[in-house]
Amino acid sequence: MKRAFPILATFTALALVYASYQALRVAPTDALQGDVYRIIYYHVPSAWTAFLLFFINFIASVHYLVDSNRSASRVAKWMVLAIGIGGCVVAYVTPLPNGMRPSVAATTALAITAVYFVIGKYFSGDRLDMLAVTTAEVGVVFCTIVLVTGPIWARPVWGIWWAPGDIRLTSTLVLWLIYVSYLVLRRFSNSAQTQVLAATVAVFGALDVPLVYFSIWFFRTQHPQPVIGGGGSMDPRMLHVLLISWMAFLCFAFLVCWLRYRFETMRREVEEAQVLESLLGDDRGPSAETGNPKVALNRSGL
Amino acid sequence: MHKQSFTGGDAMSLPSSTTRGAITRATLTKDIRLEWRSKDALNSMLFFSLLVVVIFSFSFDPLAEESRRIAGGLVWVAILFAAVVALNQTWARELRNQVLDAYRVSPAPPNALFMAKALGNFLFVSLLEALMTPLFIIFYNLRALGPAWQLIPIALLGTWALVVNGTFFAAISLRTRSRELMLPLLLFPISIPAVLGMVAGTTAILTGENSAHFWIVLLLTYDLVFTTACLALFEKVLDAE
Repeated sequence: MKRAFPILATFTALALVYASYQALRVAPTDALQGDVYRIIYYHVPSAWTAFLLFFINFIASVHYLVDSNRSASRVAKWMVLAIGIGGCVVAYVTPLPNGMRPSVAATTALAITAVYFVIGKYFSGDRLDMLAVTTAEVGVVFCTIVLVTGPIWARPVWGIWWAPGDIRLTSTLVLWLIYVSYLVLRRFSNSAQTQVLAATVAVFGALDVPLVYFSIWFFRTQHPQPVIGGGGSMDPRMLHVLLISWMAFLCFAFLVCWLRYRFETMRREVEEAQVLESLLGDDRGPSAETGNPKVALNRSGL
Repeated sequence: MHKQSFTGGDAMSLPSSTTRGAITRATLTKDIRLEWRSKDALNSMLFFSLLVVVIFSFSFDPLAEESRRIAGGLVWVAILFAAVVALNQTWARELRNQVLDAYRVSPAPPNALFMAKALGNFLFVSLLEALMTPLFIIFYNLRALGPAWQLIPIALLGTWALVVNGTFFAAISLRTRSRELMLPLLLFPISIPAVLGMVAGTTAILTGENSAHFWIVLLLTYDLVFTTACLALFEKVLDAE
């Protein structure tokens, strides 16, 4: 594993350089927007990566909450299976809101089921919580990139920095706010079970996002705002570059998550060791103060 | 009340829904009585929202037509801020004398306690709204151009939306440093759809331009989703010391 890290890091660096070259030099200039549009090669991949990370955070939090209880875990498993199968059936049987393709809806439903079972297989207990904190932190960083690059693009193209009430802008901002409050809670908590509290907030946040989307969807149809993109069709060469860029961003996100996860593992090991050490120090009584300088140092907070 | 419900049977197996109802009722009565005697939450909420109304009224100074457009936003923002004052006190009084710890080790269902607290807050915030609405009407010269009776479901559903999540997040922020700061940080992002529903629904009714039907359905959905989530997860939060 340790040897894999520098290899992946080198690969990611190369991929990012290649993606930047593709985005800035190779991709054709947009007929209407000129070169300004090239920011989408950073904006859109960051958004997809952030959403993916938040999604993993949600699944990990659900696992963390239900896994301690066998019957809850079983219910969750069946519900996720039902979402996967039901989503596929509903996508092809019933008419979807316009702009949504059945294949996309079915893939999303299947992805939920697949990710749930994959995470359940490889992570358990505290490792789920470590996965949740890692993905939330890295996700907030990518989401911040989205919220910063968006207005930079919007100012020359729309003429305004921000379109209040626009469906995508507002739901992304609310998502960012929810995850920032999630991280603030983790930081400020003095409970021994911060993980549980954080996991509940993550679940609440995930329940909130569809409601935000739903509520603003109606708001916007009342007061039309400038909309992202033009009709959703894209030059295949641009799409190609966009996907290359996304792959590079995914590698980068994976790399950062990996580092953060290892850091979290070590932090917890050190914390446990310190607790153990101070407990052992107490057992030895007053002689430990003089007899074992390490414990004495530890006690004085160094 | 407590005695009736706890000595009536085998204390280790409090199974039936009547016990659950009795615990909810007992806690709710206790909270109302405490509030009736101290008037802590209600007084601070009232004074706080009065201040907000007064400050808003001289910072905007709107015409009648404008005030119809902005009053929905103002009234709900004032009530949202005021509700946080009451919500922060929800669990704080149970910490004294380790009441919450006692509740945790007792076999009483946690959801009964949660419902009692949420209902108590709902009553207090509704009372605040009933007292504040006439003030708003006077300060802003309001007259609804749409069907005014629809404001009642919006107010009830909106208040429940704020209060059910607020009670839940107050229990979470109880476990943090700087407790009183944490509650709004957690509650406001999650409440955005509900606040949007209340504000847009109220504006729709006051201006009479479009129907508030969608917003009532949105608030109802929000309430159903989050009441279920709160009831499903409250036990975890109560146990996370």
